[in-house]
Amino acid sequence: MSLITFLEVTPLVGGVLLYLLPKGNTTLIKQAAFLFSLITLGLSGWIAYKFQANSPGMQFVESHSWISNFGVRYAVGIDGLALVLILLTTILTPIVLLAGWNEAENGRWSMRTFYLLMLILESSMIAAFSATDVFLFYVIFEAMLVPVYLLIGGYGRGERAQAAMKFLLYSLFGGLLMLAAVIGIYIISTNQIGGTFDLAKLATLKIDSGTENLLFLGFFIAFAIKAPLWPFHTWLPGAAKSATPATSVLLLGVLDKVGTYGMIRFCMTLFPHATKTFTPVIIVLSIISILYGAFLAIGQRDINGLIAFTSISHFGFIVLGIFAMTSQGLSGATLYMVNHGFSTAALFLVAGWMVARRNSSQIEDFGGLQRVTPVMAWSFFIAGMSALALPGISSFVSEFLVLVGTFTRYPLAAILGTVGIVLAALYVLITVQRSLHGPITPGNEKLTDLNLRERIAIAPVIAVLILMGFFPKPVLNWINPSSHQSLQVAGYSDPLPKAGK
Amino acid sequence: MMDTRTDLVYLIALPLFSSAFLLLLGRITDKWGHFLATAISASTFGLGIFEFVAMRSRAGDARPATQRIFEWISVGTFKVDASLLLDQLSICFVLLITGVGTLIHIYSIAYMSHDRDRRRFFAYLNLFIAAMLLLVLGDSYLNLYVGWEGVGLASYLLIGFWNERPAYATAAKKAFIANRVGDLGLSLAIMIAFTQFGSVTFAGVKAGAPHASAAALTALGAMLLLAAAGKSAQFPLQSWLGDAMAGPTPVSALIHAATMVTAGVYLITRSSFIFDASSTARLLIVIVGAITLLFGAIVGTAKDDIKKALAASTMSQIGYMILATGLGPIGYAFAIMHLLTHGFFKASMFLGAGSVMHGMNDQVNMRRYGGLGKVMPITAITFGLGYLAIIGVPPFAGFYSKDKIIETAFNAGGVKGLLLGGAALLGAAITAFYMTRVFLLTFMGEKRWADEAHPHESPPLMWIPMVLLAVGSVTSGFLLSKGNALVHWLAPVVNGSGIEGGKELMKPLVVSGLALAVVVLGAAIAVIKYRGSVPIEAPTGSTLTRFARRDLGQDEFNHRVLVLPGRSLTKTLGAMDTSFIDGVVRSVGWTLAYLSQSLKKVQNGYVRSYALLMVGGAIALLATIWLLTL
Repeated sequence: MSLITFLEVTPLVGGVLLYLLPKGNTTLIKQAAFLFSLITLGLSGWIAYKFQANSPGMQFVESHSWISNFGVRYAVGIDGLALVLILLTTILTPIVLLAGWNEAENGRWSMRTFYLLMLILESSMIAAFSATDVFLFYVIFEAMLVPVYLLIGGYGRGERAQAAMKFLLYSLFGGLLMLAAVIGIYIISTNQIGGTFDLAKLATLKIDSGTENLLFLGFFIAFAIKAPLWPFHTWLPGAAKSATPATSVLLLGVLDKVGTYGMIRFCMTLFPHATKTFTPVIIVLSIISILYGAFLAIGQRDINGLIAFTSISHFGFIVLGIFAMTSQGLSGATLYMVNHGFSTAALFLVAGWMVARRNSSQIEDFGGLQRVTPVMAWSFFIAGMSALALPGISSFVSEFLVLVGTFTRYPLAAILGTVGIVLAALYVLITVQRSLHGPITPGNEKLTDLNLRERIAIAPVIAVLILMGFFPKPVLNWINPSSHQSLQVAGYSDPLPKAGK
Repeated sequence: MMDTRTDLVYLIALPLFSSAFLLLLGRITDKWGHFLATAISASTFGLGIFEFVAMRSRAGDARPATQRIFEWISVGTFKVDASLLLDQLSICFVLLITGVGTLIHIYSIAYMSHDRDRRRFFAYLNLFIAAMLLLVLGDSYLNLYVGWEGVGLASYLLIGFWNERPAYATAAKKAFIANRVGDLGLSLAIMIAFTQFGSVTFAGVKAGAPHASAAALTALGAMLLLAAAGKSAQFPLQSWLGDAMAGPTPVSALIHAATMVTAGVYLITRSSFIFDASSTARLLIVIVGAITLLFGAIVGTAKDDIKKALAASTMSQIGYMILATGLGPIGYAFAIMHLLTHGFFKASMFLGAGSVMHGMNDQVNMRRYGGLGKVMPITAITFGLGYLAIIGVPPFAGFYSKDKIIETAFNAGGVKGLLLGGAALLGAAITAFYMTRVFLLTFMGEKRWADEAHPHESPPLMWIPMVLLAVGSVTSGFLLSKGNALVHWLAPVVNGSGIEGGKELMKPLVVSGLALAVVVLGAAIAVIKYRGSVPIEAPTGSTLTRFARRDLGQDEFNHRVLVLPGRSLTKTLGAMDTSFIDGVVRSVGWTLAYLSQSLKKVQNGYVRSYALLMVGGAIALLATIWLLTL
């Protein structure tokens, strides 16, 4: 059995074991859930240690027949792309559990259920990033909606039921399109190589261009909703405003990456010609996302809404990088997925603590926090600097790679995308000024600063933001071979310098 | 051969870690944090002197030293190391930054002694020193960019040091955003460089420049100029510098006069190989420089706030430097010379202004000064020496550096030379006027103090740095130009072919005579106007005066052209997003209907029909929910 399967199962087992613990002892339940997320983290660390950065193709592979009538297999394996996203999942899960220690208290259901759902979510995200059977991926893609739906609807704030439903419908809609495409490609495989859902084999199919375009769209729209790309984004702000901070981090920071991951893993690999056909449209959409998300972020009054719109802008960068079809663009986009995960985690967690203390998520209700709660204010400031991609912080490396990789092929798109860095300065600094600077807003005089648990939770996130700003190399070493492979499959090579000697 | 080193990194690492240490340890270090920061700054200055002496002892080609610290980013052919380059150009900046920086650390110990956040202030100062050193030591545009935004961050933190006051917080934000517009230019310049040359190091771009098209070089040069305009407060990105005076005065002296704002001049000088190859880019530079030097000078005549008058003057003086960098190979050395002498005399005057404010309860309005020369003699003398240096009286520093720029501008030849030289000469006259005005209003004439003011001379910790800078204001011009010392020193970096300048249009002596004449004229007008009594309330003034007080309408312009349309766009998009949902879902529905139709044609069979039914059902469901929840 592959270590990956172990990694998938560990949080699941942990979640079930929570039900053996006495119902009333909530501390024990929290500790047990946290412990299992730590074990998962340790296991993923071991996998990263064993991972051969330079050997191409999938590692830790495992494959069993699952539904033999349709050639469906339980097939898993990881490359550098999958590895870094799995590490993102396993690092962020214990952090959000620790950060949101008391989040489940206002829930519709019990504490145990909350932690069970969180651990199921972790497990399903790992599974999504490691599935190499298209049908298996589809099943997980749909299944992971359930814990998120329940986490928002059952433990969220405000209009949580409505937000959860909106999220579910959008996702289901995308999922169904994908199902149609999955079935479509299966039919084609039946005619050509015998029915299979194996990703590597499906990549060898010869599909006529009209069909390929449709199948591509089936996958792409599903991923664009998840990512979310303009104009499929409208479910996100509601979800971000209603979900608890821990859920928001896992949803925007990790789960949404399944969308951009899917674009690389499935759209580019299975439908290289359609990818080429649709690239101009997608580049336009991603530029719109970058600028539109930024403009809406500038106008936001709700702090969680603000973070949601900054994410739409940042997802625009990720998609732009992917479809620039250069090694800098693709590796930059992959690194961006990781960096955005940590950056969003810092933003949502600190914003969550601010909101919990102030009992309001309106930015104008904060003010002068720098004096009252310096550690919290500094944490928010650093998170803000990562959102505007200040050099020295991780997001700069990925944002710049995306832009430079785009520029070599699509200069105009890169120029428009670069305008995003000015807009980012605006939305971050306006928010920083309103919430941290100025005189202390009445009602904020007595707010308490971060406690030890919260400091322990945020410290590793900030450490990663800064360390990866200076030493992105280990992560890039994992990512680069995968990017190279994906571009080769899609039939692209980097443009040569124009001023040749 | 270049010298490969392993210890250059300490120049940056020392102040960086000192800053992090003071910020992380917090209040524990309150008692001695400022001493630590000052000692660290002084030791980087010591390292700088050591490097300078060592570099001088090496022969020409062996002077540059490099250090590769670690591999930073490597994707495909995009390879960027964290690497340092200490050459004849960067050592000038290292000495300026750490030298003036250390004096300002010492000054701040006294100046900030009553501030509850003095330790944090010193942590930011060290952060600034580290970032600024990285800016001038990075061996590639991307390394420079890290320092470039790093000094922007330090500047933001220090302008907003007293950000409890909303106006100061706004000033900090404004500076950051104007700088980001410049950074947009630097980002794009790096992208152009990589696309053209496959490299973003100075050496790589220099090697590739001769092979690039004129259009590419002009685009690259224009983007670098945009970056320089943002950082160096040049037209049209100049509006932030006046407001940046919200920061504590030592910060204005170090960051917003002597070092950071001159980074644009460094960037252009460092990229000389681009501008040497593009006359269009050079033309853009001289236009920006000439406009800004007049713009700043005109604004300077109308300001009653001493710091804002000095800030306008900084903008104008940097305009001279930028102008010089656009005048071809010989201009770079003169730009750097003026940059160094300006570092001395402007820092000296800013510290003098700080000393006056220190004695006058933070009063900045010069109409409430007057006659301070008698009670603050040291301040008056050191400020006075800086004043003589900036207006260009021989043998003070500014005389040497500014005359060279005026002369080189005339030598550009033709109408262009006359226009540029004329602008530079006019600027010199206005400079003499407004600086004389500042000096008279502050130190001469009758007392116009507020009742509670009890001006006194500042403590030695403050006046010693002022005296040292004043010595620099007197001597630096002579020392740097003696035997063309700086020109020869910098020649390997900026003037490889050893060009001595265009054909002489006017004899240097004639230019000096002309310059001196207009300076005397400008100063005389100021003396006539301000020797008598000065009203405490500013008179209404002419239309031009009022326009100059409003910074020639720069803020109104930005408000109308950028802020208001931006705001309404944000609002419109926000409203659209809420109502847009409906449109999105409907259009997705249509796409889907089309998709299912097409799929039906391609395939048939039970499973697919079932899937399509599900899709159809989902649309119906979605539509229903929509109608219900709207």
